[in-house]
Amino acid sequence: MKILRNILNYLSRRSTWALPYAIFLGIFVALPMILIVIFAFTNNQGEFSLINFEKFITQPEAVNTFVYSIGIALVTTFLCILLGYPAAYILSNKNLNRSQTTAMLFILPMWINILVRTLATVALFDFIHIPLGEGALIFGMVYNFLPFMIYPIYNTLQKMDHSLIEAAEDLGAKPSTVFWKVTVPLSMPGVMSGIMMVFMPTISTFAIAELLTMNNIKLFGTTIQENINNGMWNYGAALSLIMLVIIGISSLFSDSDEQSQNEGGII
Amino acid sequence: MTNNDSIIKIEHLSKAFGDKVVLDDINLSIRRGEFITLLGPSGCGKTTLLRMIAGFLKPDSGVILMEGNDISNVPPHRRPLNTVFQRYALFPHLNVYDNIAFGLKLNKVQSSEIEARVRKALKMVSMTDYEDRDVNSLSGGQQQRVAIARAIVNRPKVLLLDEPLAALDLKMRKDMQMELKQMHQELGITFIYVTHDQEEALTLSDTVVVMSDGKIQQIGTPIDIYNEPVNSFVADFIGESNILNGTMIKDREVEFIGHTFECVDEGFGNNAPVDVVVRPEDIYIIANAENAKFTGTVKSCIFKGVHYEMFVETDKGYELMLQDYNAFEVDSTVGMFIKPSDIHVMQKERTCNVFEGKMVSSTDVEILGGQFQCADCGLKEGDNVYVSVNFEHIELMDNKEDGTVIGEVEFILYKGNHYHLTVLTDSGEKVYVDTNDIWDKGDIVGISVNISDLHISKKV
Repeated sequence: MKILRNILNYLSRRSTWALPYAIFLGIFVALPMILIVIFAFTNNQGEFSLINFEKFITQPEAVNTFVYSIGIALVTTFLCILLGYPAAYILSNKNLNRSQTTAMLFILPMWINILVRTLATVALFDFIHIPLGEGALIFGMVYNFLPFMIYPIYNTLQKMDHSLIEAAEDLGAKPSTVFWKVTVPLSMPGVMSGIMMVFMPTISTFAIAELLTMNNIKLFGTTIQENINNGMWNYGAALSLIMLVIIGISSLFSDSDEQSQNEGGII
Repeated sequence: MTNNDSIIKIEHLSKAFGDKVVLDDINLSIRRGEFITLLGPSGCGKTTLLRMIAGFLKPDSGVILMEGNDISNVPPHRRPLNTVFQRYALFPHLNVYDNIAFGLKLNKVQSSEIEARVRKALKMVSMTDYEDRDVNSLSGGQQQRVAIARAIVNRPKVLLLDEPLAALDLKMRKDMQMELKQMHQELGITFIYVTHDQEEALTLSDTVVVMSDGKIQQIGTPIDIYNEPVNSFVADFIGESNILNGTMIKDREVEFIGHTFECVDEGFGNNAPVDVVVRPEDIYIIANAENAKFTGTVKSCIFKGVHYEMFVETDKGYELMLQDYNAFEVDSTVGMFIKPSDIHVMQKERTCNVFEGKMVSSTDVEILGGQFQCADCGLKEGDNVYVSVNFEHIELMDNKEDGTVIGEVEFILYKGNHYHLTVLTDSGEKVYVDTNDIWDKGDIVGISVNISDLHISKKV
């Protein structure tokens, strides 16, 4: 009886409810991470070595792909802000958007699998005879990641206290000044989380690049995938680790922006 | 036409949101340097009026003149006035200094002057040394002070304040009231203040504008508003009061609570129905019942700090609220009298309900969006009619399905021995009801009227 009560007690604690996810996290997130680190710092005989990193630095091809990937990610992120901010602004403005339906339409593409969307893009480009390549790649990236930029910005703009805009007008700011001096600074947390949502995954994409460039342009994700596929686990792991570190650094950079903690975010 | 003394003149201003009229033909003249308060319960249109003066809303009709110029269509950023917002609306991404300097920087004021003026404004609101603070780290009262500094630093001609103290606790509110009054004297600019707190309005203002249902009920000095309310709404809203039905027997003589009193009012005519207002502190109460004007039994006695508040049932069955420095024992018999000058007589706004309607058949009339049975009085289907019903003949029912039409209790006035209710029907009309039953504001009720109580006359 006592044991039963102890079990019940244990189950009723809130922290207990985290257990299934904690197990999942351990097996599918923590363990692979540890494996990546172990593989990255060993050679194919399983001995400790820095040979993988040496190989990365000495091979200009890998470094170039890496730099190029970051470049593509930056361009994609920039274009997403350029397209996403006005869209989010229109969506959040009650005069321009009277229902939630329009917001829904912007989010709708997220419901379709990324590969399906990309294959459709390839078919579309073929159909209208636009050659696949760098342009198509950037188009595909922006198309796929745009909702991830719009939504956090839309969220911050929508939650913004409208009286702040009135206060600025009241103090003599004309509409354009209100936008640049109040709306934009206050929506920065949303823009920051939008950048996080777009920049990080774009560094590591490979499927979009493969499909939209007919395998002509290699991104860093592709390089990792090729190495792993060809049994070069140690080198692949090292490349993955480098990418993770870069993403980690960029996320630290955005966390230092204190406002991102209280506002914004995808949910 | 232009009055040099007036800085803002509002003429025939109206505004509706959809079907709901929030401001109905407002006329108001605001003197330069005046501290004017728009006072009223929530939903009376006071904030809408302020927002229109600020420029955040456009009027449907009417004009707002500032120093003789029509500013109705001038956008807010070009109006020479500043607002202190209810919830402060400080920019969270700027520190205290930059918040206050916001308006000055936009007007391209030299940076040395900006600094001097910001410091002066901070000093004025007793917030020196706070300029580098993050606005989110400030308490509510401090944020309020920064919001005031941000507005006054621009030296506006008119300062608009939208319930600026509503979010502060009582003690802080009292302190800020005094500071605001002092600030008004030092700055010499016009303050337009919105509040629902009648005490705050009486304390601060030179002029109080009492509003209700989108209309101005009364404009006057705090003393006028308190001592000479023009109608029962104002009397009830400002301070505590006993509002009673009475009859003006002749000039200087009024009958209410079953007794005849001498008063100072004239010109109502003989035997005219009136509303009588007596403030609780104006009823004198004595233990010796023999020499009194009228007598009563103390029903309750509560200590309120400075005075005791008592409810007394009079010899004729009316309940009165009284305030006195002395406590009287519950159930004891007391005597009371009222000085003639403390009896305030008001014209009755209405003596019975009058609805516009239409005959649906010779024995059915459509009023208030429902069909009521009525006695056959020779009218045909389709005739437009006026239907009058006495206040006490309207029946209210708990079960709204039992009534012919449905309404919501909007306003309750206690008249000594009965309640006078204002019920808003679904058709948007007001029905006035006298009842002894206790209802609450917001109750949804069924409304019905007996056949014999509908008095129909043909509309000509």
